[in-house]
Amino acid sequence: MEEYAIEMLHITKRFPGIIANDDITLQLRKGEIHALLGENGAGKSTLMSVLFGLYQPEEGIIKKDGKAVKVNNPNDANALGIGMVHQHFKLVECFTVLDNIIMGVEPTHLGFLQKGEARQKVKMLSEKYGLYVDPDARIEDITVGMQQRTEILKMLYRDNEILIFDEPTAVLTPQEISELMQIMKNLAAEGKSILFISHKLNEIMEVADRCSVLRKGKYIGTVNTADTTIEELSAMMVGRNVNFHVEKKPSVPGDVILDIEHMTVASKVHKNNAVKDVSLKVRAGEIVCIAGIDGNGQSEFVYGLSGLEPLVSGKITLDGKDITKTSIRQKSLLGMSHIPEDRHKHGLVLDYTLEDNMILQTYFKPEFTNKAGFLRRKNIREYANRLIEQYDVRSGQGPITITRSMSGGNQQKAIIAREIDKQPDLLIAVQPTRGLDVGAIEYIHKQLVAQRDAGKAVLLVSLELDEVMDVPDRILVMYEGEIVGELDPKTTTQEELGLYMAGAKRMEVTA
Amino acid sequence: MKKLLKNSGVQAFIASIICIILGLLIGYIVLLFINPEGATESILNVIKNFFTFNRPKTQLKNFGNTLAKTMPLLMCSLSILFAYKVGLFNIGTAGQYVAGACASLYAALAWGWGWLPCMLFAIVAGALLGAIVGFLKAYCNVNEVISGIMLNWIALYLTNTLLSSVKEVASPYTLTLKNENPSALLPKAGLNELFNNDYITIAVPMALIIAIAVHILLTCTKLGYELKATGSNKNAAKYAGMAENRNIILTLAIAGGLAGLGAAMIFQSGYFRWECTQSSVPGMGFNGIAAAFLGGLNPIGSIFASFFIQHITDGGQYVNTNFYSSQISDLISSVIIYLCGFVLFIKLTMTKMVSRREEKAAQKQKTQGQKTQEQKTQEGGDK
Repeated sequence: MEEYAIEMLHITKRFPGIIANDDITLQLRKGEIHALLGENGAGKSTLMSVLFGLYQPEEGIIKKDGKAVKVNNPNDANALGIGMVHQHFKLVECFTVLDNIIMGVEPTHLGFLQKGEARQKVKMLSEKYGLYVDPDARIEDITVGMQQRTEILKMLYRDNEILIFDEPTAVLTPQEISELMQIMKNLAAEGKSILFISHKLNEIMEVADRCSVLRKGKYIGTVNTADTTIEELSAMMVGRNVNFHVEKKPSVPGDVILDIEHMTVASKVHKNNAVKDVSLKVRAGEIVCIAGIDGNGQSEFVYGLSGLEPLVSGKITLDGKDITKTSIRQKSLLGMSHIPEDRHKHGLVLDYTLEDNMILQTYFKPEFTNKAGFLRRKNIREYANRLIEQYDVRSGQGPITITRSMSGGNQQKAIIAREIDKQPDLLIAVQPTRGLDVGAIEYIHKQLVAQRDAGKAVLLVSLELDEVMDVPDRILVMYEGEIVGELDPKTTTQEELGLYMAGAKRMEVTA
Repeated sequence: MKKLLKNSGVQAFIASIICIILGLLIGYIVLLFINPEGATESILNVIKNFFTFNRPKTQLKNFGNTLAKTMPLLMCSLSILFAYKVGLFNIGTAGQYVAGACASLYAALAWGWGWLPCMLFAIVAGALLGAIVGFLKAYCNVNEVISGIMLNWIALYLTNTLLSSVKEVASPYTLTLKNENPSALLPKAGLNELFNNDYITIAVPMALIIAIAVHILLTCTKLGYELKATGSNKNAAKYAGMAENRNIILTLAIAGGLAGLGAAMIFQSGYFRWECTQSSVPGMGFNGIAAAFLGGLNPIGSIFASFFIQHITDGGQYVNTNFYSSQISDLISSVIIYLCGFVLFIKLTMTKMVSRREEKAAQKQKTQGQKTQEQKTQEGGDK
């Protein structure tokens, strides 16, 4: 008989209207890395919440080491040795790494903190597993990767045996991802059992021993990663075959649509300029991708281009018109569409209905507002319904759904519908597939290519290597605020791209 | 029935009623503690307010007094509500109300202006004070609550200073409008005869119309759409090309204008005179917070909530002073008003209860469904 660290047998959890988990079985062997794969809304989070005692399942049992246990609240889960690294870290920003690790289980003597003891243990753990952190650095000062290592140390400090990683790679750079993979392997080798929640198939294939797949609340199956392929996994997850390779005809570049000359943008975080003297051109009918590791000035570049932040110097021309100093509204009217990096911060008013978000940049136009300043609700509803239909935006109550309650993928689809439907000459898409599942990614890539084929200029900013290699016609690599290379995705390799992204290689690029 | 309970408007209404009952109950308990002898009579008097009088004519006159004072309270609650819907907490309403009082009285008494210019001047003064808060919020990221509270005091003492030049020699009160400048009194349009009360003016229909206008502005217009978007997500508003800083200033200026107008409505009816030695900001602006929440953050709801709050505030003066000290009236009404602030909390509890019940019912149905199915299959087996 196989030994399981934790077993969740025939778990069923219902919410009014939906069955979030329908007879799901998940068995985690001791010392294995087990991936839990599923699209957004497949029931992964609910299943984990059941394991953590946040929800009580209507049916099914949880077994630890072969014995049935009852998990009524997160404290029970803790006592069972279950720990979790959440997608959004739960750290106190202004505390040090050490303080965060010992928080809640501080060693004390007569009410006084005994930090020396804790420091020893943390040091020992971090050496044992190769988790390098500076115990005295404040969370707000360290990189995301180090914050994540702090979270892992938090679990280890509590002697947790079962470690859950909830989409841990979403926030990391490629280098940090490979470090994390190594750490996970080390942990498993030391006998920890790891549950790895993800929808990135490459990572699952690389690091996991087995993989369980959920789809729409149902258990689809468990496979050994050694015996399967990415294609098979994705078909299990989505329920149909997914085309990974973006199908596209060769591009036929036309006139220059966007022309940026010597653009410099100040940084809000540090004293140096975030974008330094960047010049580039985007033509009609081509997709140009700005690649680079996160934090190399891509965000500021887009802020400067779209008008969210002022330029220090430089000139931007759209369709031959100088738009360096025009307002955001004017840029939008002149044919610039912008799918923002952070859909919650910039892209949507989450407390508005879907239909109100659909008209976020066009609400003042005569078709939506009459001369007296009243909104033309009937037209807005019709317009929203058309976009919902055309772009397949799914939501609970259609146009009157509160946007906050929609899934991330459908929120993004709503933004894409809105931005593309403006019929822009230039479409700026910043990390348009961040946090989305394979089905949605495929859809969004198709839309970008369709825009290109319709003769629009598309500027894509991406951190995902696959996307950078697959979607664009030209790649520009940004490193420390400068364009350090121009590559042709048809001839370059991921390795070469990586060298430019890391700043190890550079060439003169003339726009 | 269940659908009705899920409706947010119905929920708000029920929550408001629960708050009122709770407030009265706690007020009653407080009275019992202080002196059980007169408690029942006193709390009934608070509820009855003007009905404590026997003659219908006196009742009507006192009802008129309450109504006259309801209008400035309604305007203050609209001021709070308007800013709140746009994501700002305008605690400066109290100060904007004071600024309105200052402007209308000073214009009327020192310059001898007519009623309409005085009223417009009050709106401008309130709006200006609101705009200062908005400016600080938009360009310096100063929290509107902090700067609002500070400005309340500045407005109060500035008003005391300015209005001291138009006060009676022998008292701290400003001169009587009726004697000095009757043209500054609001027109009555015959309403005073209807209510047997000289303080009932066109302010009453005016305030009601403004409440409806605020409702329409927020729900049906381009401006309302833009302001609410800015309040809910400033970054998204900027991304969408809205002038987000202008919108914040505009919101607080409108809110301030509403409060200033409210002050003009009551001071230009002649009901109140400004007391130039007062050392606290009038409660009207703060009671507006309670009225806004008790009204379920709906302008129409605010009309009724404002009237109720004014009703019990006035009713407080009929607490039997043989048993209680004269401050008790304020204590009781403030206890009730305090409880009125709990509307959102009660509404939330109700939503939770309803959804929990639904979940249980759904489960029950499910298990029953399974049972009948099992029975059916068994029956099938028998055949």
